[in-house]
Amino acid sequence: MIKKQMLAGFVGACAVMAAPFALADISVGVNVSATGPAASLGIPEKNTIALLPTTIAGQKINYIVLDDASDTTTAVKNVRKFVAEDKVDVIIGSTITPNSLAMIDVAADAETPMISMAAGAKIVDPANPKVKWIFKTPQNDVQMSTAIVEHMTNAGVKTVAFIGFADAYGEGWFNEFSKIAEARKLHVVANERYNRSDTSVTGQVLKVMAAKPDAVLVAGSGTPAALPQKVLKEKGYAGKFYQTHGVANKDFIRVCGKDCEGTFLPAGPVLVAAQLPDSNPIKKVALDYTTRYEKVQGAGSTSTFGAHAWDAGLLLQNAVPVALKKAKPGSKEFRAALRDALEGLKNVTVSHGIVNMSAQDHLGFDQRARVMVVIENGAWKLLK
Amino acid sequence: MRRDRFALTVFLLLLSLAPWLLGEFHVTLLNYIGLYSIVALGLVLLTGVGGLTSFGQAAFVGLGAYTTAWLTATPELPAWAALVGGSPWVALLVGLALTALFAFVLGWATLRLSGHYLPLGTIAWGIAIYFLFGNIELLGGHTGITGIPLLSIAGFELRDSRHYYYLIWAMLLAAVWLTSNLLDSREGRAIRALKGGTVMAESMGVNTPRSKVVIFIIAALFACVSGWLYAHLQRFVNPTPFGLHIGIEYLFMAVIGGAAHVWGALVGATVITVLKQGLQEILPKILGASGNFEVIVFGVMMILMLQRARDGLWPLLVHWFPRGEAVRSAPVGERLSQRTPPTSGTVLLEVKDAVKKFGGLVANDRMNLHVTAGEILALIGPNGAGKSTMFNCISGVDGLSSGEIRFLGERVDGLASRDIARRGMSRTFQHVRLLPAMSVLENVAIGAHLRGDNGVAMAAFQLDRKEEGRLLAEAARQIERVGLGQYLFEQAGNLALGQQRIVEIARALAADPCLLLLDEPAAGLRYLEKQSLAELLRRLRGEGMGILLVEHDMDFVMGLADRLVVMEFGLKIAEGSPDQVQQDPAVLQAYLGGVG
Amino acid sequence: MDIQIALLLGQDGITNGAIYALLALALVLVFTVTRVIFIPQGEFVAFGALTLASIQAGRVPGTLWLLLGAGLVVAIIDLIQAVRRGTGRRIAGIIGWNILYPALVAALLSLLRPDELPQVAQVLLALAVIVPLGPMLYRLVYQPLAEASVLVLLIVSVAVHVTLVGLGLLFFGAEGSRTTPFSEARLDIGGIAVGGQTIWVVIASLALIVVLYQLFERTLYGKALRATAINRVGARLMGISTTLAGKLSFLLAAAIGAFSGILIAPITTIYYDTGFLIGLKGFVGAIIGGLASYPVAAAGAVLVGLLESFSSFHASAFKEVIVFTLIIPVLLWRSLTTRHVEEEE
Repeated sequence: MIKKQMLAGFVGACAVMAAPFALADISVGVNVSATGPAASLGIPEKNTIALLPTTIAGQKINYIVLDDASDTTTAVKNVRKFVAEDKVDVIIGSTITPNSLAMIDVAADAETPMISMAAGAKIVDPANPKVKWIFKTPQNDVQMSTAIVEHMTNAGVKTVAFIGFADAYGEGWFNEFSKIAEARKLHVVANERYNRSDTSVTGQVLKVMAAKPDAVLVAGSGTPAALPQKVLKEKGYAGKFYQTHGVANKDFIRVCGKDCEGTFLPAGPVLVAAQLPDSNPIKKVALDYTTRYEKVQGAGSTSTFGAHAWDAGLLLQNAVPVALKKAKPGSKEFRAALRDALEGLKNVTVSHGIVNMSAQDHLGFDQRARVMVVIENGAWKLLK
Repeated sequence: MRRDRFALTVFLLLLSLAPWLLGEFHVTLLNYIGLYSIVALGLVLLTGVGGLTSFGQAAFVGLGAYTTAWLTATPELPAWAALVGGSPWVALLVGLALTALFAFVLGWATLRLSGHYLPLGTIAWGIAIYFLFGNIELLGGHTGITGIPLLSIAGFELRDSRHYYYLIWAMLLAAVWLTSNLLDSREGRAIRALKGGTVMAESMGVNTPRSKVVIFIIAALFACVSGWLYAHLQRFVNPTPFGLHIGIEYLFMAVIGGAAHVWGALVGATVITVLKQGLQEILPKILGASGNFEVIVFGVMMILMLQRARDGLWPLLVHWFPRGEAVRSAPVGERLSQRTPPTSGTVLLEVKDAVKKFGGLVANDRMNLHVTAGEILALIGPNGAGKSTMFNCISGVDGLSSGEIRFLGERVDGLASRDIARRGMSRTFQHVRLLPAMSVLENVAIGAHLRGDNGVAMAAFQLDRKEEGRLLAEAARQIERVGLGQYLFEQAGNLALGQQRIVEIARALAADPCLLLLDEPAAGLRYLEKQSLAELLRRLRGEGMGILLVEHDMDFVMGLADRLVVMEFGLKIAEGSPDQVQQDPAVLQAYLGGVG
Repeated sequence: MDIQIALLLGQDGITNGAIYALLALALVLVFTVTRVIFIPQGEFVAFGALTLASIQAGRVPGTLWLLLGAGLVVAIIDLIQAVRRGTGRRIAGIIGWNILYPALVAALLSLLRPDELPQVAQVLLALAVIVPLGPMLYRLVYQPLAEASVLVLLIVSVAVHVTLVGLGLLFFGAEGSRTTPFSEARLDIGGIAVGGQTIWVVIASLALIVVLYQLFERTLYGKALRATAINRVGARLMGISTTLAGKLSFLLAAAIGAFSGILIAPITTIYYDTGFLIGLKGFVGAIIGGLASYPVAAAGAVLVGLLESFSSFHASAFKEVIVFTLIIPVLLWRSLTTRHVEEEE
């Protein structure tokens, strides 16, 4: 009896799996880390995909969203499915750097353009020929690091301690940050790591405090970045605090509370869209996104990570009409045309900045893509 | 053609055609299934068959993957590594060597862990190795290594997932073949005996620590091969696929599929991979795309599946496709060489002032006894008198607290039981220690372990068939001798308890001993069976064998034994012929309690 | 490293170790009674903490739906069984515990304004939601498998863990939460500032251990549990129901887990998936105790806490490498010194 039901279910499942997509539509394969360690980044991205327009230039867009569980094997498997089974025209994803790096070979071999939502500069490193097919929307760690280092040196900080995630995020930040800091004569006196789910960072904090730095940079994403700062405060550390743009969501402030007052961080302008001067073209685009997102997910729910997905959508909205003039969706020619169109994007305003792509730069951001923000009265405040 | 042969042929045929019947992505899925199956197969050997639970296999997968990634994708290797750099195939060999070394050291350290310490030990080094990968800058840290080249075979580059498919499945099937061969051999029986407890295996002469390390290394090597294939398929490695969660998942696959069966590995890997993929595609269509219900539904399905099929899915599958009843005949083979029996009257065993203490409890107190060739000595006494402890001390299961034991004139106290077994002593157990799922023939063949010398490699490549035939033939002869000839291929667990005791005697005889220790052999036997057992023991005595017997059935003992030793509270209270002992007041006191 | 740092690290290690010790005790309890290596123990920690956080934030905790749902399923299964076996008198109890009780908790949570209640009431409400999940879990998952091998029970536990983590993400989202401390006081002990909550953790852990001890030594149910732990078959022959013992041990495990979570939620951030690593470290302690000895398990857990604390100071990137590498010699030592009775399965 049960076996029969299972069989029936299985047959039904196969039927659903085999349902073909209409051929003329544009298929977008979206791979996000909606579960696993990177879930706090991936979930707003997944939510944002649901807000993206379902037609561009009159063409219907199909979004096929898969979760890679923050795991590289699954990420690659998903991409293989996109290219082999769904024959997608473009791939968006993944959320985190290792997964994006792992996806490059498959996407490039299938000659399918891919827009990553992860921070690592290595993803679009022009030295790799495969990167021809790869684009990304988040600011590189380098850009953000430079902003922090600049702010630190301007504020008279001479020594800084680094405490970051024991994963690719913390590692990427430390590599970029320490390089730039070194160049600007800013001394990195401690380099500590902790795990996202650690319940105690006392050891790291004591080590940091023993080094007596002028400032501490915490490189974590989401609420886990609050723990070192709270413990440092509790142990009486009185120096300056810096966080990375990884914490830019409401939950971080909720969890960190008053311990995070006065913390500086670099972020995409979307975080403080309402405070941007009206003359800034980004303001309109960014506000448009936050309004739409918060209408569905609730007031104050915007995170800068969701905006990366939105920006990927904006890039497509600008590139697809160009590519459509050259070829029909679903073809190899269309994918190549789309790639060329993406690389040819100039002065496209997205929620995180203004994009000017080139063969050498598949990110296309300049310094307009980052602002320094301080946490004041439990809210993000743009530093002028 | 037998039906299981037929099923296998059909399966292989389908496998070889699959890439041309299925879409490209399904081939990709089959590739992943193949990769996982190779690791799960190692776990079948290690956990399902050998009874050693490991959560750390993912670390060995990582070792294979990282070795090849580093050797083939690093632009400028240091001089010492450049010699072997560049070629994936050389990297595979390096990876295998490295893994074997690593597994040997880890196995040596952690396989001594008994019981629950072992799984935790594997968790410990699994986590440690995972974080090491992430912290070694040379290996790309947490971010990983990109640009791993494609594989090529004799200049032919494996570009397509279909090409990889054939490589992966060829390697998997080779691993299945090697594992099946190994399990069906002398060493294989020793490995299967591990799960029934090491005491029995050691008493039959199996070097159980060595067997454990061997299967540990084999499982690690399989994992390493899988990792090597993974790296070249994925073209990228970072630490996440080698963490504890994935290690647990491999174990999951083995158990779901049926951890005791070679094909269970494939079934488990397939079911889990297909299920995860299917859920990811179906659930959003049913429940909407907003939540992440996949893991929840997956978990619940796994629980239900285990509740319905706790031995895994493979036994169920076999049940649905019953094997054809094979006509099996008793194995024949040349006789094995036998040791020259000691001349009648030679002192075989001599126990002098043996003391065994467990904490404050003195189980044996200054025990003295001896057994000569061609004699049956019975050790009797009330429950708890210390008879089984004496047995365990003699056979090397337990060490003595003081005193000495000589076997064939040589001191054996302090030797491991397998070394004592090698000298010609063999035993049975009070609580039957057979492997219930194995056939009677195979159970008895374990007894002949020391009479063969073909090792793991010979078995895996089927170079041991001649010796194997002789061992099985010897086992069959001994089963015939104890009168259970019609049960050769029956599962040992299906026999009546009394018959199982007799199988134990056959197993002990298969070792070609000159001294036989029998712990309550007549318990559970019917009258006629006892008669024939007594007949058998007399015949053995006639052939010059010495027999030391613990038994409660006084009629049986008195009619059979040449001499008796009576124990009470760890002490010897009487010794002599049956008649003498029956008259002994101390014995009457002990047995009848205060008469006279 | 000076004395002060060593003291601070020691204090940190003991605080964490106290929590690990509680979990280790729960794991030993569950294992000895049911042979289940209860990997999802950690999920109860996370659920307890996050449920309390939800209550304090004025939201309905998602775990309430789990309680209502699980209760309903248990009730249906048990009712069918009761009707089949003709044990009609059990029906009232089945409905009462599995349907009325969850409904009562739901009513309390929606009628009262839980975020305005005193903290003690909030904690009790959170426990009221989480603790019954333990026996329900036993009923649904483990009772049908009571005679399965340790390996199968372990793998089922992994499946339960996966399911619960998935539910945790669904209920609480990916971001973490903290709760209000029981005490904001700061004490000065020998020149070291010690937070009030830290003292709470240590004292409450000790108190709980004492209570558990009393429970096992003095009460009938406790003795029944001990009897089952020592000899399952024997206990059953003496009329102690395996099922009852299993449910009781899961009830205690859930209570200990949820309470541990509530204890640490004010000093650290708890996420939907925090439980696994905490549980794992409790497991390490439990194993060091041979899954049998309560005091050794507790000592082992504190040892893990201390190892962690000191290695995170010395080489934080290698913390896990150091902690878990150092555990191996401890295991070896324990394995060699414990007289190992071969278990026949």
